[in-house]
Amino acid sequence: MGLFRPGKTRYVDADILVVGGGFGGCGAAYEARYWGRDLRIVLAEKANIERSGAVAQGLSAINCYMGMHWGENRPEDFVRYARGDLLGLVREDLVYDIARHVDATVHKFEEWGLPIIQDPKTGRYQREGRWQVLIHGESYKPIIAEAARKSVDAVHNRIMVTHLLTDRARPDRIAGAVGFSVRDGSFYVFRAKAVIVGAGGASHIYRPRAIGEGTGRTWYAPWSSASAYGLLIPTGAKMIQMENRIVLARFKDGYGPVGAWFLLLKSQATNAYGENYEAAWLDELRARVGKYADAQPMPTCLRNHAMLEEMKAGRGPIYMHTQEVLDSKEKEEIGWEDFLDMTVGQAVVWASQNIDPKETPSELITSEPYVMGSHATCSGAWASGPEDCAPADYQWGYNRMTTVAGLFGAGDTIGGSAHKFSSGSFTEGRIAGKAAVKYVKDLKGEAPQLDEAQVKRLEAAVFRPLETYRLGRNAIVAGTVAPDYLTPLQGLQRLEKLMDEYVGGYSVFYVTSEPLLKRGLELIGMLKEDMERVGAEDLHQLQRAWELQHRVLTAEAVARHTLYRQETRWPGYYYRADHPRLDDAAWHVFTVSEYDARTGDWRMGKLPVHHIVE
Amino acid sequence: MPTYTDMTRCDGCGECVDICPSDIMHIDRVYRRSYNIEPNFCWECYSCVKACPQHAIDVRGYADFAPLGHKVRVLREEARGVISWKIRFRDGRLKAFTFPIRTTPWGSIRAPADYAAPDAGALRSPLLAHEPEALKVEALPALRPQG
Ligand SMILES: Cc1cc2nc3c(=O)[nH]c(=O)nc-3n(C[C@H](O)[C@H](O)[C@H](O)COP(=O)(O)OP(=O)(O)OC[C@H]3O[C@@H](n4cnc5c(N)ncnc54)[C@H](O)[C@@H]3O)c2cc1C
Ligand code: SF4
Ligand code: SF4
Repeated sequence: MGLFRPGKTRYVDADILVVGGGFGGCGAAYEARYWGRDLRIVLAEKANIERSGAVAQGLSAINCYMGMHWGENRPEDFVRYARGDLLGLVREDLVYDIARHVDATVHKFEEWGLPIIQDPKTGRYQREGRWQVLIHGESYKPIIAEAARKSVDAVHNRIMVTHLLTDRARPDRIAGAVGFSVRDGSFYVFRAKAVIVGAGGASHIYRPRAIGEGTGRTWYAPWSSASAYGLLIPTGAKMIQMENRIVLARFKDGYGPVGAWFLLLKSQATNAYGENYEAAWLDELRARVGKYADAQPMPTCLRNHAMLEEMKAGRGPIYMHTQEVLDSKEKEEIGWEDFLDMTVGQAVVWASQNIDPKETPSELITSEPYVMGSHATCSGAWASGPEDCAPADYQWGYNRMTTVAGLFGAGDTIGGSAHKFSSGSFTEGRIAGKAAVKYVKDLKGEAPQLDEAQVKRLEAAVFRPLETYRLGRNAIVAGTVAPDYLTPLQGLQRLEKLMDEYVGGYSVFYVTSEPLLKRGLELIGMLKEDMERVGAEDLHQLQRAWELQHRVLTAEAVARHTLYRQETRWPGYYYRADHPRLDDAAWHVFTVSEYDARTGDWRMGKLPVHHIVE
Repeated sequence: MPTYTDMTRCDGCGECVDICPSDIMHIDRVYRRSYNIEPNFCWECYSCVKACPQHAIDVRGYADFAPLGHKVRVLREEARGVISWKIRFRDGRLKAFTFPIRTTPWGSIRAPADYAAPDAGALRSPLLAHEPEALKVEALPALRPQG
C-alpha cells in the first residue's frame, strides 16, 4: 500500500477509443465495428462491462421506443413530448435523431435475446406507458456487453480513465486518453484518432438524504462519477444546460422506480389525508411557468413541485396507493419484478419494514439532485447534429462530435437530448460510432500526435494522491484525521454538503440565489485547491480520488450555469429565489460554458433553441 | 453493511471482486475471504451475490433505514435462462418469484463484422447498421433541412 507509481506504463493504440462501456459506449463499439471493419477499436472501462454503469443490476423497462411499424408513434411526437417535459428547451434535432433510429436498436436487443414482454392480445410489445415497453431485464447489461465484446479489438476493464489528451499541435483536437489500472497500478496511455466518451452521469454531487450506509442507495448508481463531464470539461469542450439537474420522485429510501406503478398499474399518489393533490397546484404552476404548466403529461419537474409544496405544508407523508391496484397475481408479479430487475434495494426495504404492497401503501419522496443527460433532464456537451436535419448552426461535420475535433459522446455525455434512457443512449452510441468511423477515414494520414510533456505531467498528477498519503500518513499515529491530506470520502462529503446548502439541495427544498451561489463558488474554489492534497492509501482510493476530481469540476459547472440562468425554469428541480419565475423573453436559450483548464476561468454564454418540429 | 460474506462458505475465489461495479468487494489478507470494504458505496445491486459460486454473499439492508430480520435471496441460472427470488419479511411472511432473463443461448449474438460489409458510400448516409430493415418501416424518417 502507498507505493508511489506502483506499475508500468502501457501504451495502447486505437483508431477509435471508447471510454466507458455502459449503454452509450456499448452502442458505439457495435456500430463502429459495423462500419469500420479494418479499424482498431478499443474500449476502456473502470469496472467490468459485464455489470457496469447505471444498468448494472438490470432494468424492467425500455423507456424509449416508438413502435413506428405499428403506427404507435412518430419521431415528431417524441420530440413534442421531450420538449414539453423540459419546458421548451431541448435540441430537437438530436431528440428526433434518436427517436427515428431507436426502434431498430430495440429490435436488435430482442433478436439478441432480451425478453421483451408481449401483449398476448395484440402481439405487440406490452406498453408500460406511451414510450415505455416492459422487459424481463435482469440480464439487460450482460446481453449488451456480449455484443460490445464481440465488436472491439480489446476491452480493458478496471481502467479508471482520468484525462483526455489533446493533439500536440492543435489543442482543439483529441489525441487519446490516460488512466490507470485499478488492479495493478499501471499507467495507461491510449493513443487514438477519435475518442467516444460514454462515461455516464453523476450521483453524489449533492448530499444524499441517507446518512450512513444508505448513502450507497442513491437513485443513480454511486459509481456514476460524473466522468462524462469531468473528462470533457478540461478539454474546453462546450457544455450546455449544466444547471438542469434532476430530482426524482421515488419510493422513499429504496428509490424504487414509480413508472410502472403510475403508468401501467394506474396507482395513485396522495398526501397523508388521501387527497389527490396534483391538480390543485395547476393554477399556482401557471403563474410560475405560464403555458408550460399545461403540457400533457405534466412535466416531471412540475409534478415534483406539487409534491414538495404538499410536504412543505405538512401534508406528508406522500403515499403511493399500491394496495389499491395489486388485485391479481399477475399484477403483483409485475410490481415486484419492477424492483427485483432494477432496484433490489427497494424490495429489501419493503421486506425489512413489513410492507407488502398488496396491503400497505408506500411513502414517496423527492431525491437529492443528480446531473445527467439521458433522463428527464439534459445536461452535457454541445454536439454537432445530424447532417440531414440539424439547423446549420447546430452542425459542424460529424454527428455527436463535441466542439473538440475527434471527441464524440453518447448517453449522459451529450447535452440537450433528454429522454434517451437505455435504448436511446445505446442508439446515440451507434450514431456516434458511425460518425467517428467517418471522421477517422476522412483524417487519412493526418493522425494526431501526443504531447509527451502533457503525458508526463498527467502521469505525475494521476499518482500524486498515493504519494500525498504516504508522506502525510507518517505524521500521525493512526486514524483518518491528518493535517496534510484529505481522504477522498472527506472531500466528497465537503462537496455534497456545500452543494446541498448553497446550490439547492434537498435540505433547503432545492432553493438557491445569487448570494448563495457566489458563496458556494468560493467554497468550491477552496475545495478545488484542496483537491491537490487528496491522499489515497491504495489503488481503490486512488480511483475514488479521481472520481471526486470529476465530481468537483462537474459541481462547479452546475453552480456556474445555475448562477448564469436568471430564472426558475424548472421548479421542482431547483428554484432561483431571486428570479422565481420562468422568463421566456430572456431565457428561451441553452446556457453554455467553456472552461479554461490553465486559468480556471469559465466563459458563459447563450445558444439559440431552434424549433424544427411544429 | 449492505453485502456481507459468510465466513464458512466463501473460498476466496474472487468472482465477486471481479464483478463489483463499485470495486468494493476485496479479499481480506488475513482470512483470504471477501468482504465489503465500503458499504456506503454499495448499491445493493446484487451483482456479486448473483456471481458467487458458493452463494456466500448476502445482503443486510442499509442500517440507516432497514430494520433487521429480512432476507432477499437470489439464484440466477444462466443455462436455464431464469432468475429466482425468495423474500422473507421481518415478520416472517414469504414471497417467491421466478423470471426469465434471456431467450437465446449465451454467446449466440452475431458480431457486427459477421454481416456483409456495407458499401463505402453508405458511410455518408444517415442509415445505421441493419437499417432500414431493422426499423421495420420502409424508410428512415427525416425532417426537411433547416436554415
Ligand atoms: C434506477 C434506474 C432506473 C432506470 N430505469 C430505466 C428504465 O426503466 N428504462 C430505461 O430505458 N432506462 C432507465 N434508466 C436509465 C439508463 O440506465 C441510462 O439512461 C443509461 O444507462 C445511460 O447510459 P450511459 O452510457 O450514458 O451511462 P452508463 O450506462 O451508466 O455507462 C457509463 C459507463 O462508463 C463507465 N465509466 C464511468 N466513468 C469512467 C471512467 N472515468 N473511466 C472509465 N469508465 C468509466 C461506467 O463504469 C459505465 O460502464 C434507469 C437508470 C437508473 C439508475
Ligand atoms: S465469489 Fe463468493 S466464494 Fe468467491 S470470493 Fe466472493 S464471496 Fe468468496
Ligand atoms: S451489491 Fe453490488 S455494489 Fe454492493 S458489493 Fe455487491 S456488486 Fe458491489
